[in-house]
Amino acid sequence: MQQINWTALIIFIVLFALITVLGFIAAHWRKGDLDLLHEWGLGGRRFGTVITWFLIGGDLYTAYTFIAVPALAFGAGAIAFFAVPYTVMIYPILFLVFPRLWYVCHKRNYITASDFVRGRFGNRWLALAVAITGIVATLPYIALQLVGLQVVIGGMGVSGSGYAGDLPLLVAFIILAAFTYTSGLRAPASIAIVKDILIYITAFAVVIAVPIELGGFGKIFAAVPPAKLLLASPGLHTTGAYGIYATLALGSALALFLYPHSITGILSASSGHAIRRNAALLPGYSFMLGLLALVGFFAIAAGVGAMPQYAAGFKQFGNNFAVPALFLHTFPSWFVGIAFAAIGIGALVPAAIMSIAAANLYTRNIHREFINGHLTDRQESQIAKWVSLIVKFGALAFIVFVPQQFAIYLQLLGGIWIIQTVPTVMLGVYTRWFNDWALLIGWAIGIGTGTWMFIAAKLAPNYPLAIGGYTLPGYSALYTLVLNLVVAAVLTLLFNAAGKAQPDETVAADYRP
Amino acid sequence: MNTPRERQSGWSWWYLLLLIQFIGSLWVPFYNKIDPTWIGIPFFYWYQMLLVVVGAILTAIVYFATDA
Repeated sequence: MQQINWTALIIFIVLFALITVLGFIAAHWRKGDLDLLHEWGLGGRRFGTVITWFLIGGDLYTAYTFIAVPALAFGAGAIAFFAVPYTVMIYPILFLVFPRLWYVCHKRNYITASDFVRGRFGNRWLALAVAITGIVATLPYIALQLVGLQVVIGGMGVSGSGYAGDLPLLVAFIILAAFTYTSGLRAPASIAIVKDILIYITAFAVVIAVPIELGGFGKIFAAVPPAKLLLASPGLHTTGAYGIYATLALGSALALFLYPHSITGILSASSGHAIRRNAALLPGYSFMLGLLALVGFFAIAAGVGAMPQYAAGFKQFGNNFAVPALFLHTFPSWFVGIAFAAIGIGALVPAAIMSIAAANLYTRNIHREFINGHLTDRQESQIAKWVSLIVKFGALAFIVFVPQQFAIYLQLLGGIWIIQTVPTVMLGVYTRWFNDWALLIGWAIGIGTGTWMFIAAKLAPNYPLAIGGYTLPGYSALYTLVLNLVVAAVLTLLFNAAGKAQPDETVAADYRP
Repeated sequence: MNTPRERQSGWSWWYLLLLIQFIGSLWVPFYNKIDPTWIGIPFFYWYQMLLVVVGAILTAIVYFATDA
């Protein structure tokens, strides 16, 4: 690998030291009793519109996104841009559904989506299904954040033989674990502000500097092979790439806010008002994501893939090295340090929120519900702190000992699994019509069929659905969600005719200000 | 927290405006083309970036219309 880039590395380390201090100081920010789970795990629900903007932005637009989306554009072309319509469609969903979830969770002191399901449907097994789905979908996501961190550390020329090469990753993770344990959600919330500002600076610098250097957008797009520039037109009797593009975008959009880390970010807002405002303000991040997707094409046009000094990086990290290589090629070392720190810190923020969210779920919906129902508040927050540590080191072990491709497969499967909670959580916020057991069976069938489709499609998220001579290749998550909904609706009709439903502890007024 | 401005009850016809973002996103054949380009950027790319901005504006309109 190349030599160590000392200037970049020192700036990277200084910025990391800065956010470490910030992470620990954050415990005193908008001070609350961190022995209470809603203080540690939701920041006391105290974040207004602006902090929520940084927090959710830092939470959803992760380091992995900033590495993987341009890498997909670099390797596969236009299909990578599905991330843009995907993030266009998430905000109407945020706007319509999630303020209601916030109100009911605030009024009933629910900390997780599962808490809500337990109260709304009165069925602990349905709540358990939602909790386990959330935890299982989150774990590979945390592991993938480390990939972003690994790539930038490698990009600065820091390497070692065998497991010694993972040492910097371990250091970064110990820092992350320590401040998350101490400060809870306040740590990623405060660090997100620094991280997002750095990311915006980096994105605009690259979008301005590279086209100037390469002679304008016209020349950049001219350098992209025509086959990568647009989606392939579908042949006869198939919706082809169009169907894949649209179903990937819609399915991902429906799934996104059901991830525990998204819900944790939403529930930490100080009002439903702050969430509704953010549905109009958060697209700022989508715009930046679109710009960064174009960076994949910049990397093609700059020709970094063929430059000998980056060959080792591409060999080790594949197309994920496209963005770091372009930064190294374009920017002076000091700015490379800033840009890489933005990505590195960008990995820690979501990783912290994800581990907190998984810890909240375990503590409230597994431990308290099934293991020990008589926890004191202090014990409850203590368990959550320990679980957040276990989860993070589990993710670290995963990325060090297991091939990276497994984490990617599991993360793709996680999307197919988490979307199966749409009927229970998203529709549950609006209606109590569905029967709880019908929802649970629909969920199980959705998970089973989705997993089968993923395997049948040779470990890919798109399944070629065949209906009456037509082939509809598309995102399995969306197809299986439809099946899940149909099953839940039909069984609801049957079960409701057979007997009475479980009591609902929430009332209509809980869902409004 | 319960400011009077936060009245938000049931359905509003303004919400239909949010459908535009879905139609604009999901109708892929409409935008899978090179021309017209804008400062050298193919339609496929600048259209979707524009959609982000339009979506934000529409959401803001619905916010003010239903929140006032």
